[in-house]
Amino acid sequence: MFVFRIDSRSGVPPYLQLVHQVRQAVLLGFLKPGDRLPLIREVSEAVAINPNTVAKAYRQLEQEGLVTGRPGQGTFVNETPAATISPATYTSLQRGLEAWLGRARAAGLDEQALNALFTAALNQAKNENIA
Amino acid sequence: MTATEYALRTDGLGKRYRRTWALRDCSLSVPTGRVTALVGPNGAGKSTFLRLAVGLLAPTTGSVEVLGESPATNTPQVLSRIGFLAQDHPLYKHFTVAELLRLGRSCNLRFDQGLAERRLAQLEIPLDRKAGALSGGQQAQVALALALAKRPDLLVLDEPMASLDPVARLEFLQALMGAVAADGMTVLFSSHVVPELERVCDHLIVLNHSRVTLAGDIDSLVDEHRLLVGPRTTADLDRAGTVVEATHSERHTTLLVRDGGLPAAPGWQSSPVGLEDLVLAYLRRPAGTEVAPTARTEVPA
Repeated sequence: MFVFRIDSRSGVPPYLQLVHQVRQAVLLGFLKPGDRLPLIREVSEAVAINPNTVAKAYRQLEQEGLVTGRPGQGTFVNETPAATISPATYTSLQRGLEAWLGRARAAGLDEQALNALFTAALNQAKNENIA
Repeated sequence: MTATEYALRTDGLGKRYRRTWALRDCSLSVPTGRVTALVGPNGAGKSTFLRLAVGLLAPTTGSVEVLGESPATNTPQVLSRIGFLAQDHPLYKHFTVAELLRLGRSCNLRFDQGLAERRLAQLEIPLDRKAGALSGGQQAQVALALALAKRPDLLVLDEPMASLDPVARLEFLQALMGAVAADGMTVLFSSHVVPELERVCDHLIVLNHSRVTLAGDIDSLVDEHRLLVGPRTTADLDRAGTVVEATHSERHTTLLVRDGGLPAAPGWQSSPVGLEDLVLAYLRRPAGTEVAPTARTEVPA
């Protein structure tokens, strides 16, 4: 059975933490097509989290096409989850990021500065998408 | 259960002890089927609000409506639908757990003794043990089991975890969330520990200086607020939205804003703000600061 965890201090909303964990588990193959996610009640009790929050996470995963809820049976991982990327794309994105990291380190940025820059760029991109 | 949108509503609610107002001009709603946190520093009026909500206190001004009725009328029908767990989960210390269950059964219109026994068995709490001989965490669990056995439509808890160690806190929250998931009741609880609220609550009420300073769904509250960092400025702050808090250092200014668009000025960065920082900013505001848009405008005393 898939086990969730919640980091209260991460600053990431709990429902997003659940969404990320499922997304990542599917991407890395820890969750396979046909696997059943734990029931909302089970997650609520196991990690001490609001059932509405779990329901919200499952709804979002469903909208993303990653899972399908079957009434009375549970929520299952889809055959071809829409959010998975091909291994080739994954590798190429990782290479690109590694190359960028190399340039940033050469420019003298330490890990903290890297993180700050990355987060700033990410937020910028998000805001531009919204606008 | 009635299909009303709000389990609890107050209008202009206030409570005065002699010359001191413990709570003033409090108008708010607690949505049905949700878990609402009541947050504020010690002395902010949290316990007073909760006691007014369950009918243990009569209001000085305004009104309370719980599950469509006034709790002050004390009809057994209303009271049987409300569960209340007072601060420090008081139990009769010389009673055994079994005797407490019997008391609960005798004093309540509906009392699911089987449910309470199953919960306690799951937690391996012996029924023949005197309440006073149980650990703090176990006492809290017994008190919660008793409150849940009423199968309340509204469960009100006053600082339920204040005296518990981290393991007992987590176990208490697991039991509470399991019960919410199983029964879909409305929960209102007070706390001054913010980090663990975000996982268990979806609605938030912040009380400070005896008044409501912030109220709303946690997700929308977090979405509505942004942290803006830019070159130092003290003028024209409101251009960025409603400024909740402004901090200035020598060269830059940090603003926590509500309903803000992005600052048009270059060099400003906008980032999301976490629930804890958000709550702290509201708690740091001095008394008499203009109240947030969701609360009522204040009337001079």
